[in-house]
Amino acid sequence: MKTLFHPAALASVLVCGAWWMPACAEDASAADVQAALHNSFTAKGQATLLRLQQDETQVLCTAHAGGPLPAAVAAQVSALNRATQKPPSDGGYLGDFKRGEVIAASGQGLQSSDDPAKPNGGNCYACHELAASELAYGTLGPSLRQYGKLRGRSAAVLEYTWGKLYNSNSQMACSKMPRFGYRGILTEQQLRDVMAYLFDPNSPVNQ
Amino acid sequence: MKVRCWAMACWLGAGLLTPLSVSHAETSSADAIAAYRAMLGDDNPAELWQLRGAGLWRQQRGPKQADLSACDLGLGAGVIAGAYAQLPRWFADTQRVQDLESRLVTCMTTLQGYREDEVLQVKFGDGDQKSDLEALSAYVVTASKGMRISLPLQHPAEKAAYALGQALFHYRAGPHDYACGTCHGETGKRIRLQAMSKLDDGAGAREVYTQWPAYRVSQGELRTMQWRLQDCYRQQRLPQLKFGSAVAVALTMFLAKTAEGGIMAAPSLKR
Repeated sequence: MKTLFHPAALASVLVCGAWWMPACAEDASAADVQAALHNSFTAKGQATLLRLQQDETQVLCTAHAGGPLPAAVAAQVSALNRATQKPPSDGGYLGDFKRGEVIAASGQGLQSSDDPAKPNGGNCYACHELAASELAYGTLGPSLRQYGKLRGRSAAVLEYTWGKLYNSNSQMACSKMPRFGYRGILTEQQLRDVMAYLFDPNSPVNQ
Repeated sequence: MKVRCWAMACWLGAGLLTPLSVSHAETSSADAIAAYRAMLGDDNPAELWQLRGAGLWRQQRGPKQADLSACDLGLGAGVIAGAYAQLPRWFADTQRVQDLESRLVTCMTTLQGYREDEVLQVKFGDGDQKSDLEALSAYVVTASKGMRISLPLQHPAEKAAYALGQALFHYRAGPHDYACGTCHGETGKRIRLQAMSKLDDGAGAREVYTQWPAYRVSQGELRTMQWRLQDCYRQQRLPQLKFGSAVAVALTMFLAKTAEGGIMAAPSLKR
């Protein structure tokens, strides 16, 4: 008798019976998800079916999406991605800020409809505020206005920022920001140019 | 007459919506859409698709020379009033969960005798080549205007589709690690100037789901959820989403059920 009126059981009946609470269905298994993905896509252009397969970071981040990331998982993801970090081969962090500006504004690249012969963009403005003159910026990421002016150009800051661009997940596990260097979205030279856009005193970012 | 007015409004609208004017401020994009809406008054070019869809619904077509009056969208043969507000759902005849678009394909193949590849030849209209599926969708969706979204979610397959859609919403993949939730997981954010709703949340999902299908000003076409989802996956850098596929229907189910209680206002007008 007692179990019939167990508060948790009662709550579950109430919640599942309510019209506004659809979350009564069982979770989909990983096998269900993979089977559905397998049957629901066709390769197009450079977007092959291989892209549907997750790497270890994506598996871990998917498992904890929409909720808090447990500290142990965060540490695991950070460690995985720290191991991929690669400083610039010639030790130079800063390229040409004018080229960096073009990369920051371009959302081109890696879509099934994109020409793979054209350079990829970084699409920084999709999520970040950068130069004061560009008002069409997104807000998913923090503002990077006067990035270099506010932080200086010490070796530590340059190294940190390079690491953030190369593989965002080593510093912030399951960051929404793409892992631009590690995943081959931007080349080493493009990363240098974006770095210059952030740090060059003459860059519009720092005006 | 009406058509000509629309064409002019489109032209003016396109002028208002050039990147130059949009990029001046966050609000200007929304303002331009608002101005365009004001010019149209209660008119929406989507009405052209709706009217063509109504004609297609009643016309005897295909090898079987049948109209679609026997098409069951979940509420009985030929019933379109409120049907969209209760989709996707399980259909016993096909033994699967279907959204509006995949159900229309079923009706056109079984009732009218078309081959599936014929029906899917023009999934999405482009210029002079118009999509019958988009027109029929507009017709059916309009008949749910003002109605509350209410999905049965009783059949085990419907529950499984919802759960699958929820998992897919968070599934990160591709070179950019993007999931649906990457851009649609927070409230009050935007990409460039485009406001993004949190779609795994009732309020956010209602805001968006009640507006689709929509007439896209930038494309001059009416677009359905099938189009919206495959274009999201393109931007996620993933391969081509198949029309009416399990993933497409499951995500639609997840979004529709999350938007439960919202009042349908589609077809709407979108940038």
